[in-house]
Amino acid sequence: MDFLTFVQLADATVRMSIPLLLACLAGLFSERAGIFDIGLEGKMLAAAFFAAAVSFSTGSVWIGLLAGLAASLALSVIHGLASITLRGNQLISGVAINFLAAGLTVVVAQSWFKQGGRTPQLSGASRFDGLDWPGALTRVREIMTAPPPQQFYSEFISGHSILVYFAFLCVPASWWLLYRTRFGLRLRAVGENPAAVDTAGISVVGLRFTAVLICGLLCGIAGAYLSTAAQAGFTKDMTANRGFIALAALIFAKWRPWHAMGACLLFGLFFAIDNRFQNIQLHAIWIIVILVGLSALMTSYALRRDRIDVIVLGGFSALLTLIAIGMWIGLTVPGEVSMVQALWQVVKLPTQLIQSMPYILTVVALAGFVGKAIPPRAGGEPYVKER
Amino acid sequence: MDVLPRWAEVILVPLFSLLLAAILSALVILAIGENPWNALKIMVNGAIGSSYGWGYTLYYTTNFIFTGLAVAVAFHARIFNIGGEGQALIGGLGVAFIALYIPWPHWSLALIGCAAGAAAFGALFVAIPAYLQAQRGSHIVITTIMFNFIASGLMVYSLNNILKPTGQMEPASPSFPDATHLPSLFDIAKVFGATTFRSTPVNITLFIALLACVLVWFLVWRTRLGYEIRAFGQSESAAKYAGIDPTKITMIALLISGGLAGLMAINNVMGEAERLVLNATEGAGFIGIAVALMGRNHPVGVFFAALLFGVLYQGGQILSQDTTVPVQIVLVIQALVIMFTGALDNMVRAPLARLFFALRSRPVAASIPAE
Repeated sequence: MDFLTFVQLADATVRMSIPLLLACLAGLFSERAGIFDIGLEGKMLAAAFFAAAVSFSTGSVWIGLLAGLAASLALSVIHGLASITLRGNQLISGVAINFLAAGLTVVVAQSWFKQGGRTPQLSGASRFDGLDWPGALTRVREIMTAPPPQQFYSEFISGHSILVYFAFLCVPASWWLLYRTRFGLRLRAVGENPAAVDTAGISVVGLRFTAVLICGLLCGIAGAYLSTAAQAGFTKDMTANRGFIALAALIFAKWRPWHAMGACLLFGLFFAIDNRFQNIQLHAIWIIVILVGLSALMTSYALRRDRIDVIVLGGFSALLTLIAIGMWIGLTVPGEVSMVQALWQVVKLPTQLIQSMPYILTVVALAGFVGKAIPPRAGGEPYVKER
Repeated sequence: MDVLPRWAEVILVPLFSLLLAAILSALVILAIGENPWNALKIMVNGAIGSSYGWGYTLYYTTNFIFTGLAVAVAFHARIFNIGGEGQALIGGLGVAFIALYIPWPHWSLALIGCAAGAAAFGALFVAIPAYLQAQRGSHIVITTIMFNFIASGLMVYSLNNILKPTGQMEPASPSFPDATHLPSLFDIAKVFGATTFRSTPVNITLFIALLACVLVWFLVWRTRLGYEIRAFGQSESAAKYAGIDPTKITMIALLISGGLAGLMAINNVMGEAERLVLNATEGAGFIGIAVALMGRNHPVGVFFAALLFGVLYQGGQILSQDTTVPVQIVLVIQALVIMFTGALDNMVRAPLARLFFALRSRPVAASIPAE
């Protein structure tokens, strides 16, 4: 892999991780204030549609961005009403918001543009174009022959839309807001112990609504990025589960801003790898070693615990071992490839496995075998002032 | 705040929620330039106006009964199993393996075998999230969401690399052998000389779904295990004090839930498609959430809610064929129903409770001056 490929992969990683990062920070504010939000996906989708639709009709991407923000904020207000004011179930409200956005965007898109649930292609001023930094090369041919530092500068630093730089600025800003301001301290406190915040004479409802609205703003930017910067227009279900992956990243990062950036870049890297390298190959023996090793680790852990651990983890280990043995036997061809030779056969890793890595890693993080992810203590519970 | 009488809680609250959802949906239809009354007529007529419409409506109803019961059983233990979609997909995988690789002599035996396979695959798939919830305290909602995505990845892989016959482009399994084809209700009607349900997918699984309703009712309200599940759902600490093992109840409730979701596959995979295709569940797992909320987690309620969503689903298809309203209007209505019955239910309940309280206290207030 030459240096340019590496830079291009890093560049793709950044592009893939931006919507994740914005949505992840959105979820961070909401969940740190004790409001679970599985409606990130829906808010992004609604914002993506309205941003694209309005910037197409007005010809200005900035007005489009405002429309996207408004759509996302409107859904946030619904979520806030349901989960803060009316003390409803936050998870169910989030589920409903996802369906509402998935349905409404297509219904409205079809009614406005009659193109099968998409907006027309955006171009010119109705899109966020990449910012070319001074001295950066823009033509592919020039970049290919340029020296490595210039390649890095032109391909990785320069050429992103303004929203990309904004998203990365959001990370220190969020950290500062949450950990270095009075507002941030109160916001984190309201997610851990709302009664204490209430006793100090600070409005729990007000704080939580602020957090939910910040969440809506960031989701709105994430959605607008998807439809007006990353792509040129809205297509049906274009968020493609990014809201859930952002949620996964948030858990993986244990609800901390800098770690959230790390998690989003990691998950973005999985997307970039999946897009760029369709064939990732390994010798069979390594796959077998990994599978059997995992099984052995899990079984040895389970044997020291309860019966239920032995049943579930033991069963799962047995399944992994079976897969390993099955693959080994499958690679052996009698008379041509012996059992030993089969170990050195090259096996293509399923692309679905790479695509599922964010989800698998999140489950591992939640399981807490390697550093436990503990959510804010008051998360998901509506606050009742008096009993 | 006074408590509502039981009949109002069970019937009035869902009904008012549904009414609110319907009004908002009508506004949406109005906003995109269609006549809501006309749309309603097309939907109702398309869903229950003919035996063809009924055939599809009941087919969808069967799916939704299974996924609705799955969510409801877990809800009784106060566990939100959002992974019905993934469990139903994997249940389909179980059906495909068992129908394809075992030479069944007769459909009735195949049905038993495939039902067992579907339930087992669904239950095993939820076993890991259940274990993580019970033993490690990982939030079941997040793990089951993640497992939905893992399930769809697993399905794409299995269809492309294991089940797909060589030379075929479409990622789908071969058709199941003839001996495993379930009799449709049309086949049954033919025996009696009728021609109802011609060329519709509704099949004998409908009766299994109804049986599942009865069994779930019996399990939850007439067995010791059901009592333990409900007690655990009402108060975990009280249940623990009474000697109920939380790990055991979490595991069992979720395994039953996953098994029910998996069972859906005998309807859509074995009964309708008769082969395994990509995205076989078409979101039925998520509709189960709306069905369980609407049906107040009771099998009778789940049945009626499933029927309602069956009508909605089939009616939505017809509506999108006959008018310019896209089929996603069903998603909007589904979202509104989930919102009003699940998250905003206090909005309906509080005014109703106030009304009941006012009606009840008036005679008392009138009697005070007389004393």
